[in-house]
Amino acid sequence: MTTEAPVKKDAEQKDEESFLSVFTRNLWSSNTVTVTFLSIVLAFVIGAVLIVVSDSEVLAKFAYFTARPADALTASWTLISTAYSDLLKGAFGDPEAFNAWFSGTGTWQDALAPISETLTYAAPLVFTGLSVALAFRGGLFNIGAQGQAVIGTITAGVAGFAFGLPIVLNLVVAILAGAIGGALWGFIPGILKARTGAHEVITTIMLNYTAALFLSWLVLQKGVQDPNRTDAISKAVAESAKLPSFGGVLRVHLGILLAVAVTAGVAWLLNRSSFGFELRAVGANQHAAKTAGISVAKTYAVLMAVAGALAGLGGATQVLGTAYALTPAVAGNIGFDGLLVALLGRNKPWGTLWAALLFGALRAGGNRMQSYSGISLELVTVLQALIVIFIAAPALVKAIFRLRATRLVRPGASLAKG
Amino acid sequence: MSTATVQETAEVTAPEPFWTRQRRLGVGLVVIGILAAALFGSLAPGEAARFTLSEDAEGAALSINGQLGAVLFGIVTIATGGLLFASFAKKYQNLLLSLGILAFVLSFLCWQVAGKFLPLVDTTSGTLQLALPLILGALAGVLGERSGVVNVAIEGQFLMGAFAGALVGTMATSVWAGLISAAVGGVIIAAILAVLSIRYLVDQTVVGIVLNLFALGVTGFLYERLMQSDASTYNEPPRLPEWRIPGLADIPVIGPVLFDTNLLVWVALGLVVLIHFGLTRTRWGLRTRAVGEHPTAADTVGIRVRGLRYLNVLMGGVVAGLGGAYFTLVATGSFTKNMTAGAGFIALAALIFGRFTPFGALGAALFFGFAQKLATYLSAVGSPVPSQFLNMLPYLATIIAVAGLVGRVRAPAADGVPYIKS
Amino acid sequence: MANDHIDITVEPGEVHALLGENGAGKSTLMNQLYGLLQPDEGQIVVNDEPVVFRSPRDAIAAGIGMVHQHFMLVPVFTVAENIALGHEEIRGGPLGWLDRRRSRRDVIETSERYGLPVDPDALVEDLPVGAQQRVEIVKALTRDVDLLILDEPTAVLTPQETDELLAVMRSLTAMGKSIVFITHKLKEVKAIADRITVVRRGKIVGTASPDTSEDELAALMVGRAVSLEVAKTPAEPGRSVLKLSGLVVDDDRGIRAVDGVDLEVRAGEVLGIAGVQGNGQTELVEAVMGLREVRAGSVELDNESLANLNTKQILRAGVGYVPEDRSHDGVVKEFSVAENLILDMYDRAPYGNAFAMNHGSIGSNARERVEQFDIRCQSPDTAVGTLSGGNQQKVVVAREMSRPLRLLIASQPTRGVDVGSIEFIHGRIVHERDQGTAVMVVSSELDEVVGLADRIAVMYRGRVLAIVSPDTPREELGLLMAGITGNAPEEGTK
Repeated sequence: MTTEAPVKKDAEQKDEESFLSVFTRNLWSSNTVTVTFLSIVLAFVIGAVLIVVSDSEVLAKFAYFTARPADALTASWTLISTAYSDLLKGAFGDPEAFNAWFSGTGTWQDALAPISETLTYAAPLVFTGLSVALAFRGGLFNIGAQGQAVIGTITAGVAGFAFGLPIVLNLVVAILAGAIGGALWGFIPGILKARTGAHEVITTIMLNYTAALFLSWLVLQKGVQDPNRTDAISKAVAESAKLPSFGGVLRVHLGILLAVAVTAGVAWLLNRSSFGFELRAVGANQHAAKTAGISVAKTYAVLMAVAGALAGLGGATQVLGTAYALTPAVAGNIGFDGLLVALLGRNKPWGTLWAALLFGALRAGGNRMQSYSGISLELVTVLQALIVIFIAAPALVKAIFRLRATRLVRPGASLAKG
Repeated sequence: MSTATVQETAEVTAPEPFWTRQRRLGVGLVVIGILAAALFGSLAPGEAARFTLSEDAEGAALSINGQLGAVLFGIVTIATGGLLFASFAKKYQNLLLSLGILAFVLSFLCWQVAGKFLPLVDTTSGTLQLALPLILGALAGVLGERSGVVNVAIEGQFLMGAFAGALVGTMATSVWAGLISAAVGGVIIAAILAVLSIRYLVDQTVVGIVLNLFALGVTGFLYERLMQSDASTYNEPPRLPEWRIPGLADIPVIGPVLFDTNLLVWVALGLVVLIHFGLTRTRWGLRTRAVGEHPTAADTVGIRVRGLRYLNVLMGGVVAGLGGAYFTLVATGSFTKNMTAGAGFIALAALIFGRFTPFGALGAALFFGFAQKLATYLSAVGSPVPSQFLNMLPYLATIIAVAGLVGRVRAPAADGVPYIKS
Repeated sequence: MANDHIDITVEPGEVHALLGENGAGKSTLMNQLYGLLQPDEGQIVVNDEPVVFRSPRDAIAAGIGMVHQHFMLVPVFTVAENIALGHEEIRGGPLGWLDRRRSRRDVIETSERYGLPVDPDALVEDLPVGAQQRVEIVKALTRDVDLLILDEPTAVLTPQETDELLAVMRSLTAMGKSIVFITHKLKEVKAIADRITVVRRGKIVGTASPDTSEDELAALMVGRAVSLEVAKTPAEPGRSVLKLSGLVVDDDRGIRAVDGVDLEVRAGEVLGIAGVQGNGQTELVEAVMGLREVRAGSVELDNESLANLNTKQILRAGVGYVPEDRSHDGVVKEFSVAENLILDMYDRAPYGNAFAMNHGSIGSNARERVEQFDIRCQSPDTAVGTLSGGNQQKVVVAREMSRPLRLLIASQPTRGVDVGSIEFIHGRIVHERDQGTAVMVVSSELDEVVGLADRIAVMYRGRVLAIVSPDTPREELGLLMAGITGNAPEEGTK
């Protein structure tokens, strides 16, 4: 990971600072945006290395690198550029598809399908990301977003096929059920922390696996399992409980709008509400909060329930918006991805939304990369993890790019104490 | 400082409350004992439950009427609970507690095995084999956490170790090369964890969790790119041979389990002893514990805090990597995507449940291994008890332990706190 | 910058006192000498040879030992383990098999040679503070130090224990050891030091001999002649506001900290609580504030019990509270000045309600208080953590004294605060008293208590030994703080 960029600090020209030099200096100072951008660049560079070393044909060309270096380099470049351009096309749209749409040979649905995919993947991540971010601000590391999302899928899914309520109401009830299920699952570590001081990192990790095992048991039970199937899948949710979407190739559904609305709600809660003040005070200095009359225990318990509800909403979006039935893996990895999303969004609500969109884009693009270039989708997981590693260690990024420090870095300031 | 008391004589302890830990545990045991005697007793068929010493239904066996056994062991549980409640033999309360839980498990077994048989050798060796990666993973955790570095990346170290072991083992067609590479794989993740958390002061839990995803991604990616297309070149490692020690291997039950097995079992058990004495009796251990409890104090007497933390985390990487080798070089003989499936977190659970001590971790790992083995046995014999619930046991037990419902687990004081000179 | 071009010299066999206010840079200097921090420039010379200490290891090797203000002992280790740590006796082996017997013997030997009794097998966390300090000294002595640095060693000791420590210091210097004695207590300096260096704001402002008068030393220390007197008129006590009877409170470890205290604070008076730190003052205050469980007895505010109220309700009942540990309990450093100024009023009109906050009135409140309390900050939106200690304390004081109060409890109200702010805060406390508020001031600085209080309650081992007038001679107060009652004139309710 010693990617040395040929970046030099701009020379000592302090006498006459042009606009350009001020601009570049700001660009290369280690502000949040720069670090985020460089982290993404670094991750993609390492991803490219992985792509090359795992391709035996290209590797073979490296065997005679000294004799004909151009061969190996060209092959590598072709491989990397096709892979990454497929990634971009899959995430934001293929120019050819847009051309086809404008010239009338293709449909607008096909052109917009990649963006639709991006938004579809992003929607649940917004919720789980907000769950982790909000808990972080209150000083709690909610690794349990995964388990809370799983329980959310269960309650939302069961409500979606069991009640047979009329249209609109059915959807509302199912979504609320998801939130309540997640809230209950989040409340357990919250109340344990408040009452006994049990560390939420440990309890939530354990509850994640408990939830997953419970789901894998539940989908096989009579009344839940699809009677026409022998494998582990539940009945499908009623049409009236599904999140409305465009249909066809455009899978994007109402969930993404809900996600934006909830982001606004969480932003208000955090910065403008009394509970937000309490949780931020508890998160920053629980002793001072307690001395000022804020109940730390109550804040923990309520906060974890709210965080759980958010993650539960993520689960609900997943089952009501895309999966439509419960399977053991219905929640995928949305809870753990939400963790990365929150870290990337620096635990701020709108930052989390953007981070979720980026992850959604990577995922959607990764699908296309897998089917067109044959590069495993797992590369996306690697990229995501790497981006967050670099974000979490800004000093590392600075060291690699030799950025100047804009301010004293307070360790762990952007990340709540675990 | 509110904890400071100036006078030696001022330390008047408050009168002990009635509901001591022992009493609460006693009540708990009585409750589950009644449950066992009544529920298991009534559900158990009145047929013989046979615990065979051999692999199959034939041969020598310990046998008891299922119903009778379920009720009897239930009553034993109640009795131990009663003794605990009556504050009898305070010294032996942990022993009594273990006895009570053991009796409860036996009562459960009598119910489940009634009319069938449970091969003891298979159960014991299965337990040990399933516990093997948990022991190694938990020991890796002990090494890191006792020096103050939280390691939730055991899962990632397992995956990397398993992958590297399979890849290099196959390419070099040597199981020993595979074993060493597995250790190296674990060290790679450990090194990233160490650098980021010790040098760059990133929150240790965050690094750990992200590293798990990183390892999942990298191994999954390389698996799909290399191993899936060409398994014979990349993914058919030789298995670790089983060695039989003549004489000792003939001891009933224990012999075949401990003395007719692979090297990793001996390594794991040896490491438990080694690390236990290392931590409690050696200079390295004293310094490790000091660094984990009060790093500034260690620094002021000239101990290199960060250096020792690096050393311990990297050694933990070796141990966890060997744990990863279990999956490919012992259990299956090939790597598959996400094959550890959360075992790293059960190892973490064993570490905490075992109170951050090597022997505690061993006990917890064996207990969790037994639960897993029992789950497979029960689903094989078609028991009504869902295997998923038995598999939840390690996680639930850990939640109960950290919530202090059964005594408090005390982590090293500086666990997870980066050392910053100020 | 904590220190700016400081030169000091320590001769063999002398006690060199480093005198300075809290935060003057004494500890930073000594941490550099001990290798914990690296100086930006300058050098250290030991026995005429220039040395560079990159870590404490180097300092120890050069014969320097240090007893830190916050003890550097591992609580879960035994005394012998703590003392052995870092230079363990081993019997060999790759990991270094410990020779516990020899470690234990070393401890006993050193402890006997210097007359410092310690039990090698006791767990440090079970030891009282005085004994822990002995362990620290023994720990340094087993390493054959020539120079021992004692950083504020008397802060946690009773006057008697302090005398014992001074005796130990004398016997050490008699054996040829040098001692650097860091303190801000003038009397101790005069009692023991051979030479005195006064430090202020990271600079040496003078050297003095032990003959120098206390007034002169104090003036050197704070930079101008200060009056420790607080200007105030005689109190006009009114009704009884706070009444404690038979109060019993335990500390965090479940050990009795307050053991049957009866106290009364009347409107318009300042009741000072004097005592060496750790004699139950902290727990007493926390129990009144609902932060700690009352095990027995009663707490009444205007004849209404506070027993079942939580902290928020107690604050709302008209009690102001300045906690003793500002950074820990007083402010949220990441929060802005404005947010900290309403930390305990955030859900109350006009700042907010149960659901939402009103940022407009929070901002205007902040501007007003910053003006009124002379809080030096760039803007009310700057994080409190960037302010100086004195200004942080003013934020707490401003918060707690800007609403109608019946009772004000101020614990160590001027700890770690510059002189200007001390005067300001003392003035506000007297002002609050004159408005008819009942005031309780807890301080381990005897001067502060004597200056502010109208009556003084002396606490010792969780009890109020006596309630005396502030005119009581210092010697008597000192004896009381050490737990020695006798002819102390009692007045008031007791």
